Amino acid sequence: MIQGLFHYEFLQNAFLTGIMIGILAPLLGVFIVVRRLSLIADALSHVTLAGIAASLLIERSFPIMAGLNPLYMGMVFSVGGSLFIEKLRGVYKHYQELAIPIILSSGIGLGVIFISLANGFNTDLFSYLFGSVSAVSRTDLWVILIISILVIIVIILLYKELFLLSFDEEHAKASGIAAKSIHFIFIVMVALVIAASMRIVGILLVSSLMTLPVAASIRLAKGFKQTIFLSVLFGEISVLGGLFTAYYLDLAPGGTIVMLAVLILVLAIFYKKIMIHKQVDIGGGVK
Amino acid sequence: MILIIKGESSAMQPIIEIKQLSYRYEKDTVLENINMTIPDGSFLAIVGPNGSGKSTLLKLILGLLKLQTGEIHLFGKGISKFRDWQQVGYVSQKANSFNTGFPATVFEVVASGLTKKLGLFTFFKKEHAAKVNDALDAVGMKRYSNRNIGELSGGQQQRVFIARALVSEPRLLILDEPTVGVDAENVNSFYQMLGDLNTCRNITLLLVTHDIGTISDRVSHVACLNKYLHFHGETNEFEQFRNEDVSKVYGHDVHLLTHHHEHGGVVR
Repeated sequence: MIQGLFHYEFLQNAFLTGIMIGILAPLLGVFIVVRRLSLIADALSHVTLAGIAASLLIERSFPIMAGLNPLYMGMVFSVGGSLFIEKLRGVYKHYQELAIPIILSSGIGLGVIFISLANGFNTDLFSYLFGSVSAVSRTDLWVILIISILVIIVIILLYKELFLLSFDEEHAKASGIAAKSIHFIFIVMVALVIAASMRIVGILLVSSLMTLPVAASIRLAKGFKQTIFLSVLFGEISVLGGLFTAYYLDLAPGGTIVMLAVLILVLAIFYKKIMIHKQVDIGGGVK
Repeated sequence: MILIIKGESSAMQPIIEIKQLSYRYEKDTVLENINMTIPDGSFLAIVGPNGSGKSTLLKLILGLLKLQTGEIHLFGKGISKFRDWQQVGYVSQKANSFNTGFPATVFEVVASGLTKKLGLFTFFKKEHAAKVNDALDAVGMKRYSNRNIGELSGGQQQRVFIARALVSEPRLLILDEPTVGVDAENVNSFYQMLGDLNTCRNITLLLVTHDIGTISDRVSHVACLNKYLHFHGETNEFEQFRNEDVSKVYGHDVHLLTHHHEHGGVVR
């Protein structure tokens, strides 16, 4: 595969995209998980599916639009969905999680209608659902690169505010932080990253790349910065390891990446267990 | 009933001035005609039973609720025009019901108290770290700096939240039921620490509690609230008042400890 990397453009695309997604998804995932919004990623990925299906339908119905990259439509839907979630969270102040299933089911409903209008599943759609190494085009690569740079700059600039907002939303608001605008920027970034990630891991598995590495690192890390660092590290190992394995064993890359992330999570849980036992032993049974 | 304190600091501008304040939630009046002056350097406890409007009063002072009738002045400025919120530190009651699994160190939590002061697009520097350490020192939590916040006890966490409020160097610190998560045996040293903040760092403290027994030997002033302000004055005069009236406010007898303070103040 290393040789293949030099020879085949599609492999280069997949790997470079994978490296970027491996950073972005867990980076945003940390903020999502600590705010207990893990399911937002799921809702938005399903909305993205509706966007992809819409794009494929348009392609089929209007041959002039054949060159349309479904990634764009996916992003439009995903960002739109994130705005709806925010609106709904405002409407159902006391049932904020309700916004997520509403958007999730609307996304699937709409997606299924578009798919049926476009005369059912085809291989193209299948690759969006489960990810594909060969599907990433050069254009996708550039778009994802721009998103990556944008997201990383925003996270660095708004790190203080995002931390405070995640740790203690009430305090953030009380101290006069522009909580609403910052949350809005954040959720739009999440929507963009989800749309960007679907080429590699697939729509159905995007959210796992945002949550599993974070779940593992929370078990081990001391402090927030270390949590971010470990999450990105675990995410990167999962994506690169998963892509290699998938290429050699001819497996779906999305599934392989996710299963690697699950493996890391299980190891992290066991490692933590062992460390706690050791501490108790050293302490001579004193807790 | 109007009570005005004339203490040693009466010549100075009061930190908080409340005039004819009333507040209602729909049909329920929770605060009725409150008048109060809180002088610089005082340590005031607002006591009252549950639902007496204590938290509402705090929220109004903090600008979290909109004023309906009456006036509130902070540092001599009308609250609607007050912008200098750096001067006001706030430790909410909810502070100890945060997500205890949150992966942040004590240092990171306290540093987050500087977020507003630093402003957008600025980064945390060495001199800020010194401020964080100083704030942790003030609450006796410096050696826990690198521990994850979730590993600490309720009382320790409460101290960390006070440090977070202190780090932006406020002149007024407002605490809503700060001892709720503190173990009984640590309550005393907790109040000791607050007393030190008041005397050594000259921070005006305003705290809300329904725990009048333990608080009365620590604070300089007491305000007794139950929709109306029943008493507002120095602690030593509170004893006299509560013998007659506390049961009226609380609806039953309350056990109280009162100690005399050297402050010379006049209550009319």
